[in-house]
Amino acid sequence: MDILLEQVEYRYAANSPFEKKAVEEVSFKIPEGQCTAIIGHTGSGKSTLLLHLNALLKPTSGSVKIGDRTVKSGRKEKDLKPIREKVGIVFQFPEQQLFEETVMKDICYGPMNFGVSEKEAKKRAAYWLKEVGMPEDVLEKSPFDLSGGQMRRVAIAGVLAMEPEVLVLDEPTAGLDPRGRREMMEMFYRLHKERGITLVLVTHSMEDAARYADKVVVMHKGRKVHEAPPRELFSDAERLSEWGLGIPEVVKFQRMLEAKSGKTFPKVCLTMDELAEMLKQGGGLS
Amino acid sequence: MRNMISLQNITFKYPGTEIEVLKNVSISVKEGEWTAIVGHNGSGKSTLAKLMNGLYFPEQGYVTIADIELNKDTVWDTRRHIGMVFQNPDNQFVGTTVQDDVAFGLENHGIPQEVMVERVQTALKQVKMDDFLDQEPHHLSGGQKQRVAMASVLALRPDIIILDEATSMLDPAGRAEVIELVRELKREEDMTVLSITHDLEEAAKADRIIVMNQGEVYREGTPEEIFALGQELVALGLDLPFPLKMAHVLNEKGIPLERKPLTEEELVNELWTSFLSK
Repeated sequence: MDILLEQVEYRYAANSPFEKKAVEEVSFKIPEGQCTAIIGHTGSGKSTLLLHLNALLKPTSGSVKIGDRTVKSGRKEKDLKPIREKVGIVFQFPEQQLFEETVMKDICYGPMNFGVSEKEAKKRAAYWLKEVGMPEDVLEKSPFDLSGGQMRRVAIAGVLAMEPEVLVLDEPTAGLDPRGRREMMEMFYRLHKERGITLVLVTHSMEDAARYADKVVVMHKGRKVHEAPPRELFSDAERLSEWGLGIPEVVKFQRMLEAKSGKTFPKVCLTMDELAEMLKQGGGLS
Repeated sequence: MRNMISLQNITFKYPGTEIEVLKNVSISVKEGEWTAIVGHNGSGKSTLAKLMNGLYFPEQGYVTIADIELNKDTVWDTRRHIGMVFQNPDNQFVGTTVQDDVAFGLENHGIPQEVMVERVQTALKQVKMDDFLDQEPHHLSGGQKQRVAMASVLALRPDIIILDEATSMLDPAGRAEVIELVRELKREEDMTVLSITHDLEEAAKADRIIVMNQGEVYREGTPEEIFALGQELVALGLDLPFPLKMAHVLNEKGIPLERKPLTEEELVNELWTSFLSK
């Protein structure tokens, strides 16, 4: 299932004195089975845009095509449930949304809301809890007795248990320690690769965008200003800095090496492994 | 030099739980020093902050703040010395404008109006937010919000600032703004700073780093000494500065380096002399 945004505009408090345009003229495609990263400075409109991906917001003009459904301005939408079942959003700090007495109940809440039987929901809860790297014995515990990192995993299991086709992640690793961050991203990436889940990653981390995304969409002041594969995007540091964005450290380092040697590598390396490999093979520098 | 914060042999369990989140921890922070406490989630580092401002009291051991032993009777005296900035900028606002917000804490302390106005202005100037006096806090960027939160703290003229993951919700630019501000405050006001963080860029700027692991002090030293631990830090769930990570990857790929580089420049030079120019 693709998601297609066409000329999306969103005005908060439309037709009131407090009207504020958050997003305008945004068009791009989130292709099925790919990982699309959305980057942009704070206030660039990323979060507003994200709310359109499962029709939590309806554009004030333009349209969002989600699979075979089209969400458009000026039209009353009935029955948005199927959309929300297919597109799961993990919001920032999802652990703040836990509310049930037990981990089991919390994970089951979403799927049961979409008509999954209790028996099936429980089966899914046990399954997804394991997938997010948590021991089974926490199922009967209160989510509030867990550590912050564990609560985050439980909240994510709750979204995954709805078995969405598209998973939208808003800064999923904010506040986690470095190991937690790495494990969390590797888990999402594995799910994406093994099950073909479409990923949308809203992130401040250029490292994550470089490592995981097939395509990066750059938002700036409410508009989409660029859309490119990471290798192309990160080869132009100057342009990124105009939008208040940086480049991954490894790219910065490659540029320093190039400046020292006076030669240019044949390609921009997106990971440390890539750069090391290129250096090992002579890197086109000699 | 005088100790501004001193924890001696602290052992602590949260009420109603059985796990010792801190086990015989002793640390101190000297006057005018910037100390960073790093550690994985659950290592006990945030609990330390809660003990320092008397949100909890230890079962064993002593907490001393600016030479006052912290207990239920002295908690308000010790809090006068400490300003805390927390993780989520949105949870720290009460005022409808930036200047009201900074004034709130002063009002609570019964500071007279004229002194208050002066202090609010000075504090906002210190954090370079004096152009935003009448803005609504909610319209600011994350970095700006945290700077206003710092101004609220500074207006109370504390001797010590504790940053509890204060940059972890900010984007890279916001993070850099806050770190730069802390640097200036330390340099110009001789503040004592304690930052509790996962962020290496932040920790690398400190005078001293304390590494916590599973409720205990694992190691203490200058940033150079701590980062020299290399893969040992990674095993603790922490990260390394980029040059060290890169050097490690190069080593694994069979490009050995003679020295452990701490900066990008060193690594470039090292690669150049030992490998690329050959």
